[in-house]
Amino acid sequence: MLATPFKFRGGVKPASHKDESTQAPIAPAPLPARLVVPLRQSAGAAPLPLAQAGQKVLKGERIGAPDGSFSAAVHAPTSGTVLAVEPRMLPHPSGLSAACVVIAPDGEERWIERTPVDYRAESADALRDRLRDAGIVGLGGATFPSHLKLKPGTAGRIGTLVINGAECEPWITCDDLLMRERAAGIAGGIAILRHIVGAERVLVGIEDNKPQAIAALRAAVAGIASAEVVAVPTRYPAGGEKQLIRVLTGIEIPYGRFGTEFGVQCFNVGTAYSVHRAIAQGEPLVSRIVTLTGNVERPGNWEVPIGTPIDDLLKLAVPKPDTDRFIMGGPMMGFALPRTDLPITKAANCILAASPALFPHAGPEMPCIRCGACTRACPAELQPHELYWFARAKNFGKAQEYNIFDCIECGCCAYVCPSNIRLVDYYRFAKTSMRALEREKAAADAARQRFEFRTLRSERDAKEKADRLAAKTAAARQAISGEKAAEGAAQTATPTPAAATPALPPLDETKKALIAAAIARAQAQKEGVQPKNIDNLTAEKQAEIREIEARRAQVREMAKTPPEEPV
Amino acid sequence: MLSALLVMAGIALALGAALGFASVRFKVKGDPLVDKIDAILPQTQCGQCGFPGCKPYAQAIAKGEAEINQCPPGGEEGIRKLADLLGKEFKPLSAEHGVEKPKQVAFIDEAVCIGCTLCTQACPVDAIVGAAKQMHTIVAPLCTGCELCVPPCPVDCIAIVPVPETVETWKWTYPVVRLKVVESA
Repeated sequence: MLATPFKFRGGVKPASHKDESTQAPIAPAPLPARLVVPLRQSAGAAPLPLAQAGQKVLKGERIGAPDGSFSAAVHAPTSGTVLAVEPRMLPHPSGLSAACVVIAPDGEERWIERTPVDYRAESADALRDRLRDAGIVGLGGATFPSHLKLKPGTAGRIGTLVINGAECEPWITCDDLLMRERAAGIAGGIAILRHIVGAERVLVGIEDNKPQAIAALRAAVAGIASAEVVAVPTRYPAGGEKQLIRVLTGIEIPYGRFGTEFGVQCFNVGTAYSVHRAIAQGEPLVSRIVTLTGNVERPGNWEVPIGTPIDDLLKLAVPKPDTDRFIMGGPMMGFALPRTDLPITKAANCILAASPALFPHAGPEMPCIRCGACTRACPAELQPHELYWFARAKNFGKAQEYNIFDCIECGCCAYVCPSNIRLVDYYRFAKTSMRALEREKAAADAARQRFEFRTLRSERDAKEKADRLAAKTAAARQAISGEKAAEGAAQTATPTPAAATPALPPLDETKKALIAAAIARAQAQKEGVQPKNIDNLTAEKQAEIREIEARRAQVREMAKTPPEEPV
Repeated sequence: MLSALLVMAGIALALGAALGFASVRFKVKGDPLVDKIDAILPQTQCGQCGFPGCKPYAQAIAKGEAEINQCPPGGEEGIRKLADLLGKEFKPLSAEHGVEKPKQVAFIDEAVCIGCTLCTQACPVDAIVGAAKQMHTIVAPLCTGCELCVPPCPVDCIAIVPVPETVETWKWTYPVVRLKVVESA
């Protein structure tokens, strides 16, 4: 067994509680009566809806098209009829709604035509497009579109491919069971990912508390050259992307940069498996493995069609009566679900039933005593207690100086805090507020720019108009003075020097002349008007027209003669 | 005596030349204070402050001709920031200039629009698209919600609607400890 030469700092060792849900193999979840498939299931832009109410869809048919490159497609998880495309509440801490496709399954599970390809015969670009159209996103929880992570970075090539099978969060076992049961599929996905990025070596990191998974994957990747399965020490959050890359390769990736820039990229084992399904079997991502555990009678892992309501899943696991809330994700990073009729999404790796006995209330929040326990536990090497002060005081500038955006929200600091301070809640508040402020600032800057350009444009237009008018007036004055000079020359045989270069006439005279010219033009235009469309008329109509014309002529005459004084 | 005078005069000339050079070389164009004030203002360009846009209001504040509490879209937070910047006392928003509202955006009922272009002329940020006798529409991401397009519309087809919160714009709330009433025995 290869020892890991590197370590990440900090971390905690909570009780793992993995055995509860690893006793039974992965079982397929039955089809529910209704599937609610949210369109937005990845980071980036929400896909554009392709399905309409009443439409029949097949399993794997696209119902959401990727909107731009930072987006991934969404597919029908089974065959059936689309009932509606409408806003439904999402499994999100906000409890907000967004567009979802509601499907009534017909129970036949009819697939669309699946087109498996041999990845060796395809170019990297073609495979990336396939992954985007198959809706492949990171199944570790962040749901970042995988095709974007496969683009070569500025540093050139990705030399090392890291496959994340650490699954460090307590209670969750979906990756563990996947590795035990479907190692061959994961190995197939690894081979495809490696082909796309052209990596020289592959490192699979698995926490050393999963010996069966390690053995299964080791056997499966035996055929892949320079691919290694490394047992990493069990310590939360070893499965954090940056932490695992650091443990396996020693490379540290700063905030806001991608691993590709440093020649390393990381994928979850679940993602590798779905890549294999998408390319080698032509099946888009329509289901995922979900762990149901915690305070339930029958904990275990199920393969669940995306969009299955959590209520239907809970019937399989049977929550115990003292369950007081359900958590999506694990106890460290998950969030309490606002309701249980919400759908399973690509991000949902675990539904954890919580009870007061299993997760006792930590007790009231006490003041920070600056003991430094959080600093020792922080795997991102931050100063959580300082960040807490700044976030609490809404001093966002200072929080940014202390690199709050490097925080991965793993919850280690809150776990060790002797004062029971919900530190991560403060960081989440500060981070989302800062992002909102940045958005507002960008919008204000754009508005300022547009307003300034508009002001500039209206000033320019006004100036151009004034210039045009001035030029016209000047030309008219020139013309009038020219006429006068000609008249003067005709009248006096011996012109004085002054008459030869006549002074320009005064402004109001020019104006009067301009007005007179305009009146003359209008008069000429009026008299020049000829009736149109008078061919092919009946005699009756022509008589009518003549009558009207006569009336018009009379009115014109009346307008010319001044009105008589009333007697 | 004379040499001392010459030395002093020489130093005076040298320093004067240095200062003169510096005043030309490092001349600050425009008023930096106006830009700082303008950066705080929300750039809604609504004119509720009584000035034709945020920049003129910023200039008026810098000259001391306007109070800092005349900007309803900036709200209380904006007034606090201005008070901090200018070392002035905080004042509540002046009621005659309007009330603070949540972020909003204009919406044109396209079935009713007659294409008169009056709203496009009123829009301070060019966020309305349309030509004469053609239907107009709002480019929502550019709209500042200033309401200036509403009064000119002859058919009242423009509504101002609040911007809904989405999953992307949602913010975590400030962590508060919820207090429960415990019945005393």
